[in-house]
Amino acid sequence: MAERARTSLRPEGAAENGADGRHLPVPRGDDLRRHLPGVEPERRLTDWGRSERIEDLFDSTLANFFYRYWFRCEVEGIENIPATGGAMLVSNHSGALPPDAAMIGKAVKEEHPHPRPVNITVEHFFKGYPGFSMLIPKLGCVAAHPANVHRLLYDEEQLVLVFPEGRKGTQKLYKNRYRLRRFGRGGFVEAAMRARAPIVPVCVVGAEEAAPIFAHLSPLQKVTGLIYAPLTPTFPHFGLLGMLGYLPAKFHIRFLDPIHFDEENLDQDKSLVQTVAHDIRAKIQQNLFEMLEERESVWF
Amino acid sequence: MGTSKRVLVTGLSTYWGGRLAQALEQDPEIEVIIGVDSQNPTRELERTEFVRVGTQHALLRRIVQAAEIDTVVDTRLVVDSTATSSRAAHENNVIGTMNILAACSGPGCSVRKLVFKSSAHFYGTAQDDPAFFTEQMGRPHPPGTHIERDIVEAEAAVNEYAEHNPETAVTVLRCTNVLGPDVSTTHTALFSLPAVPMILGFDPRYQFVHEDDVVGALAHSLRTDLPGVYNVAADGVLAFSEVVGLLGKPYLPVLPPWGTGLAAALLKPLGLELPPEVLSQLRFGRGLDNRKLKATGFQYRYTSRETVVKLAEHLRLAPILRGANEPFTYERDVEDFLRWSPHVRGSTPKGKRPSRREPAPPGREPEPPPGREPEPPPVREPEPKPVAVEPEPEPIPVEPEPGPSPAEEPVASGPPVEHYDDLEAEEVISLLGSLEAADLEALLEYEREKEARTAVLTAIEAVLSRRAMGSRP
Repeated sequence: MAERARTSLRPEGAAENGADGRHLPVPRGDDLRRHLPGVEPERRLTDWGRSERIEDLFDSTLANFFYRYWFRCEVEGIENIPATGGAMLVSNHSGALPPDAAMIGKAVKEEHPHPRPVNITVEHFFKGYPGFSMLIPKLGCVAAHPANVHRLLYDEEQLVLVFPEGRKGTQKLYKNRYRLRRFGRGGFVEAAMRARAPIVPVCVVGAEEAAPIFAHLSPLQKVTGLIYAPLTPTFPHFGLLGMLGYLPAKFHIRFLDPIHFDEENLDQDKSLVQTVAHDIRAKIQQNLFEMLEERESVWF
Repeated sequence: MGTSKRVLVTGLSTYWGGRLAQALEQDPEIEVIIGVDSQNPTRELERTEFVRVGTQHALLRRIVQAAEIDTVVDTRLVVDSTATSSRAAHENNVIGTMNILAACSGPGCSVRKLVFKSSAHFYGTAQDDPAFFTEQMGRPHPPGTHIERDIVEAEAAVNEYAEHNPETAVTVLRCTNVLGPDVSTTHTALFSLPAVPMILGFDPRYQFVHEDDVVGALAHSLRTDLPGVYNVAADGVLAFSEVVGLLGKPYLPVLPPWGTGLAAALLKPLGLELPPEVLSQLRFGRGLDNRKLKATGFQYRYTSRETVVKLAEHLRLAPILRGANEPFTYERDVEDFLRWSPHVRGSTPKGKRPSRREPAPPGREPEPPPGREPEPPPVREPEPKPVAVEPEPEPIPVEPEPGPSPAEEPVASGPPVEHYDDLEAEEVISLLGSLEAADLEALLEYEREKEARTAVLTAIEAVLSRRAMGSRP
């Protein structure tokens, strides 16, 4: 009896839980992976809310059109994405309604010898906004919560696409194009280390020109409650659909060599986390400049 | 400490208390089941002893000591804010819990296990929730509604109790939204509507658990030691649109995304009351990680999807079965007579429910464990009552209960109910609730061979399957 006794129901570290949902502890410790719920063949949605039907519809129409004919994506280094196991794709981010996420997902589906679904992490904002809340999870987007990323990477061994720049990346103006913003607080590195999943840095060239932002319309942002209301070539004067009015810039997507974290508890070392985050940012930035040097035309 | 033998169920008259007591009665390992509540029990119980007492800790303490209770299961938590006023809910959820904890502590206390049924409302629902709450996680935000506040406070009290009583195994079960044919919650009311309202532009993630699985989890926590907090939620998280699709109903996005509370208030005169917890679930949804409980060896019988499918089946059959099962009414004298009168006979083995209408089978009284006195040993004179304990307008003679040997299974030679052939289908269905399982099976056979009326057949099967579920240990 004595060895089974416990003194508290309070989870470790509960005391320092702030009011911010981001600081909820991420599960760790026991390996419960074999207790993951099985797939019910009758269902067409995953437990995350991803809908096979709507995703296929989106994939075969819009994504296909933009990937093949509009952006004419060119992909290199796709073999850097492991065929099995969890992996985190870390990319630069841009565009009012960012086209880069969908194109990276489509590239993995089209070019990889073992195509796998890519889970795109998005802001919590989308869960709270009517319409987006309904559609975004169906297309494979997941709120960027550390616990969500951990479950996807470690327990479910899936691919997770992360944009550490977050909102700062997508709302940067055209004049700042291809200049990476701060990479958050390195939370993505921590998540990958904790799950011991490799990080594959991704560079996307073309998205900045496809959806340039010239200014921000803060009154419109206040009225609509959106995270930002950009002025783009087609928004807001063509309405919400104008968000999809991308210019036909040529896309180049480059997947860089994966970075592996094979030791346990690396994430406890905060200075290592910051160093790795900084290195990844520098690597992506350097590759972006290289790709821009080599690019002869924005459009072809 | 191991398995529980002498169990006190607080909140016996709540749905969960009654269901748990019924399940525990089937378990021969459990010697004593004592239920307390301030109201009369709402379910028929065979060997559970009911003591009508609220949550006064001094009285509970005496019961715990006198009966040498080793396990206390608290099932009283009110999680539906439409069920009662916020004051009464607080009184029950927080003050009541504290009283029960006080009754289970102190020097020389015999309690070695405490099971507290909590709710997933502990986690709340918010925009920045993780997709799957684990037991380690607290709430991302302070509780917003009074029910959530109550639950957090009650759990804090249980946690404090666990810290002060390290030798007691304290289990907290956080149950997600329950569905099932028997239980009634805001969600079953919502899904019983001809069309299901939802908030425009939102399709929240919803996880359910079947009522039988909740009872199963409570019973599981008595069979094994599970110190700590456990989520109780079935496998699979559905989208709300998926749920409504499984129910085969249209959904109406009639609640506006802004001013939802106001619109919900307008629905109240129409008979649908949506508490704030449900409204925020209809917006953000919630998912729980159920793996910790599964890792202890507990197996859910239903996934979330199957739970909804079961509810859909029940909702289709409900108009046919309406009124077939008359509600149980508790009569103190009758229950005392059945338990303690030396004239009550019956050889029904322990764990088998004796029929109320049987002509006095021998040995009905549960055998008291050797070496112990039954708790209140009221040696009573047989009351001058007819043996037909429930006054029935027209007592239906039934075949004698078949013995334990399968050879004596009733053969479909004659109708199990007299004048059966003269009865109309509706009359038969209205009788079903009062028949024993064996009689029902015989009746099913008989009906199949004779007239095979589908309404009767489905009704019998439904009653049987429900009994089978209810009697599952």
